[in-house]
Amino acid sequence: MLREALAELITKMADDELILGHRNSAWTGLGPILEEDIAFSSMAQDKIGHALALYTLLRELSGIKDMDHFAFGRQADQFKCCHLVEYPNGEYDFSLMRHFLFDAAETLRYESLEDSSFEPLRQLSRKFRGELKYHMLHGNTWVIQLGHGDEESHARMQGALDACFPLAFGIFEQGNREAFLIDQQVYPGERVLQERWLEKIYPVLVKASLNMPAPDLNPGTPGGRQGKHTVYFAPLLEEMSEVFRMDPETAW
Amino acid sequence: METLTVPLLTEALQAVMDPEIPVLSVVDLGMITAIEILGDQVLVKMIPTFSACPAINVIRNNIRIELEKRFLVPVQVDIDPAVQWNSNRMSEAGREKLRRFRITPPEVMEGEWREEMLSGIACPFCQSHQTENRSLFGSTLCRALYYCKACGNLFEHFKPLE
Repeated sequence: MLREALAELITKMADDELILGHRNSAWTGLGPILEEDIAFSSMAQDKIGHALALYTLLRELSGIKDMDHFAFGRQADQFKCCHLVEYPNGEYDFSLMRHFLFDAAETLRYESLEDSSFEPLRQLSRKFRGELKYHMLHGNTWVIQLGHGDEESHARMQGALDACFPLAFGIFEQGNREAFLIDQQVYPGERVLQERWLEKIYPVLVKASLNMPAPDLNPGTPGGRQGKHTVYFAPLLEEMSEVFRMDPETAW
Repeated sequence: METLTVPLLTEALQAVMDPEIPVLSVVDLGMITAIEILGDQVLVKMIPTFSACPAINVIRNNIRIELEKRFLVPVQVDIDPAVQWNSNRMSEAGREKLRRFRITPPEVMEGEWREEMLSGIACPFCQSHQTENRSLFGSTLCRALYYCKACGNLFEHFKPLE
């Protein structure tokens, strides 16, 4: 029972990181300035590394065949990433805002896991903490800088926030084994994380002179966490797994 | 054949260099967490610096090859999940080697990483403190990009990691 519950939590975390890492890596070579090109490439690499660490944990828990097969060989409805990370990169404003909103949630999730009853998650959380601080500083700095840059940058950031914000609530969609995970003190649960997330992002948005849209405190239909994805996911998966599928058994 | 001792094995590991920073050994970086001699076999435990370090398997393999070549015994190298690397694990010798390589070493941290640590880094070319952080990221996961206003050089800084 605990094994399945942990697998549920770790799978969705790892899938979020893999898919967002994949999306953000597409900025390599296309960033608006060199430093941002490098920043997104570097953070994407971190994300994919975190996904690998989580899938490795999953292999020990669930006996999945191997991490590459799990990352690239599953069907779309077996992925448990949230809708926010599936969306195409859009323009830099969308990607930056998504990075800011998602990384704030991710940081809080790992912070909460530092007290997890499950030791391997405590270890991984301690490891990722220092790395995530750099991600957060990058996101916060740019959101504030562009939020009160000029008319255009402000309008773009507000538009990006309006687009990303409702999607971000999908991060906190509760899984089937949520109550059990909370009861076993694996983590405090999505509701608590969501509250902390709203408290964390609000002061930064204020500093950025951006209006936070009304929070969607009761998001409705199940989505990513149940394996129901947007129209963007199938083409993303096709592209991401293309090289792997050419020869799934080969050694890289 | 040399008698296996932990100090001897540690000294041998000084020959295993980081592929991205070739002046630093795995010992300088503080990547080795345990060396155990079990009969005529050796077990080495190691940790990556940054968790997504792409060189980890190369380094792991190089450790095994170097020790097996030198001591002619089976060597197993495992990743240690119980210890998390932080930049304080870098040795003073390692810091000096980095400076000479013109990458500024990570500040020794007391407690958590703070944003203030980004300022006042001494330029590895002219030693001026009139430097500014250009990017939190650089050519590898462990580096950030800096600019010296005094001498006009760009340089890289090994990021402090808690």
